[in-house]
Amino acid sequence: MNFTQAIQEALESLSANKLRSGLTMLGIIIGVAAVIAMLAVGAGAQNTITGSISGIGSNLLFVFSGNFQAEVRNEKPLTLDDAAALGDPFQAPSVAAVAPVVQGNVEVSFAGETANTNIFGVTPDYQIVRNYKLTEGVFISEDDLLARASVALLGPDLADKLFGRRDGIVGETIRVEGQPFRVIGLLESKGGSTFGSQDDVLLAPMTTTTARLVRRTRERVDVIYVQALNADLVSQASEEVAEVLRQRHRTQLGEDDFTVFSQQDFVATAQTITNVLTIFLGGIAAISLLVGGIGIMNIMLVSVTERTREIGLRKAIGARRRDILIQFLTESSLLSLFGGLIGIGLGYLIAFIVGRVAAASGTPFVPQVSLDAILLATLFSTAVGLFFGLYPANRAAGLEPVEALRYE
Amino acid sequence: MSTPDAVIRAVDLTKTYRMGEVDVHALNGASLEIYRGEVVAITGPSGSGKSTLMNILGCLDRPTSGEYYLDGELVSSLNDDQLAAVRNRKVGFVFQSFNLLSRTTALANVELPLRYAGITKGRTDRARQALVAVGLANRIHHRPTELSGGQQQRVAIARALVNDPAMLLADEPTGNLDSHSGKEIMELILTLNKERGTTVVIVTHDPAIAAQTQRIIRIMDGKVAEPEVTR
Repeated sequence: MNFTQAIQEALESLSANKLRSGLTMLGIIIGVAAVIAMLAVGAGAQNTITGSISGIGSNLLFVFSGNFQAEVRNEKPLTLDDAAALGDPFQAPSVAAVAPVVQGNVEVSFAGETANTNIFGVTPDYQIVRNYKLTEGVFISEDDLLARASVALLGPDLADKLFGRRDGIVGETIRVEGQPFRVIGLLESKGGSTFGSQDDVLLAPMTTTTARLVRRTRERVDVIYVQALNADLVSQASEEVAEVLRQRHRTQLGEDDFTVFSQQDFVATAQTITNVLTIFLGGIAAISLLVGGIGIMNIMLVSVTERTREIGLRKAIGARRRDILIQFLTESSLLSLFGGLIGIGLGYLIAFIVGRVAAASGTPFVPQVSLDAILLATLFSTAVGLFFGLYPANRAAGLEPVEALRYE
Repeated sequence: MSTPDAVIRAVDLTKTYRMGEVDVHALNGASLEIYRGEVVAITGPSGSGKSTLMNILGCLDRPTSGEYYLDGELVSSLNDDQLAAVRNRKVGFVFQSFNLLSRTTALANVELPLRYAGITKGRTDRARQALVAVGLANRIHHRPTELSGGQQQRVAIARALVNDPAMLLADEPTGNLDSHSGKEIMELILTLNKERGTTVVIVTHDPAIAAQTQRIIRIMDGKVAEPEVTR
């Protein structure tokens, strides 16, 4: 018996019992579809997160106070002076711009509408490092900073909440923690991110913020954004920043009392997280594939019992052990192969629908069905069919012809 | 040495089954010879060892002891796969209940032994010729469910003959048929024997069937009963 004949016979016997074959395949279909969809959603999530991290700005470093890896005693906070030192081109030549930020949570209200939002106390350079564009108005100026002006810029989501519109807002007066602030500009949308919406924000001059809204002692700042001159200088800028801060904080010996993250670090961390998530989801999906495989084994066992006489007859007219083994293995692997192919299609469809639902709910998110995932699912499902078909096929091949022919 | 024209030469065959604690001697020293071109009936009451002998003669089973030459080849000590090959080439089975594959056509059923023999060239032609030889030229693409009992048994005979076996081994070939088609099947078997010279062994307990053969071998208590009835 050659290979094409075996496949032809297997197809005949599978199509002789269409309902049963279909139901058996269903287990594999669901398993493979789940694996494909989960991997696609995982890959899509990864792309979105990576995209939103690069959306924060370009060639950025983030400086936090405190050491995330080791215990440091008497750590000094980051201050405005630290930020000024980092902006000095003699001390840190690879740095293009520096933007210290204080942040907090405030209640904002306008004409009876109230919202809680993140406030960022910023300097004019913040617009450069974060690459913010305005749909109307102007950004915070040096004058605003010096005058501790009560002015604010709104993210588009916050504008939606307070005003229900995104234009003609400049000049309105909103209340932040009960104090009146004049709106001077509206930010262009940046989309969602891992760290919450980047559009539901309020920007105010740093001086105003620390004096009236978010209390910070001795010119403390929460984060310093540092932009390197170009992509090649990011790691060099990181070194310079660290050196300047070590000098200022007198921590040349011992551990640093600050931490410098680059965007790449964030991307790497986010990728680790989404990878774990993908493996976890894919693992759960793989369990359903396993269950599908057990379904195949079950049905093949039934089929072997039902066809005992047929097996006896085949052996009587000259089928060897191997012929029977191949016959049943072909059937089970064809079942799982077809199930796998249909499952890939279904998984693709599910991923597509998930993408549509995400888009409809405002989170741009494109699930990605990779060739790897398709190959993996095809190979894995066929292997499942072979593996779970092995026991029933072996049982069929081992039947004694005399016994099998006598079976009722 | 086996005589050149003996298709079957069985010497002192025994077969012992173990049922629980007791040994059952199904065959107890059966010896027989069947010559090329003969039509022989094997008869005997239930429990005589008739079926066991048939299984061994058909290479479906091995004797516990004794020697069995089929077509000059010692087959009593072959392993499972070698026995399968011998069955494929040298034995044509005809069963009481036809044992056709119901999903496939008459042609595909007849082709099956050729498939297991690994023959690809001219397979369909040989199968078609076999079906013509049993008088089913116009039923080639019918499925067994679309055929009468007699026609199904004809398909089974075509399947048995397609590989030109040394022996046609029929187990109660008319047992599931009405008397009319039973008669036709016996006529067909005898005609094939006359025209092709195929050796035929019919296992039956129907005296009327046995009476149509040239020689009757009676099995009694696991042995060949003497004297043989020869015509």
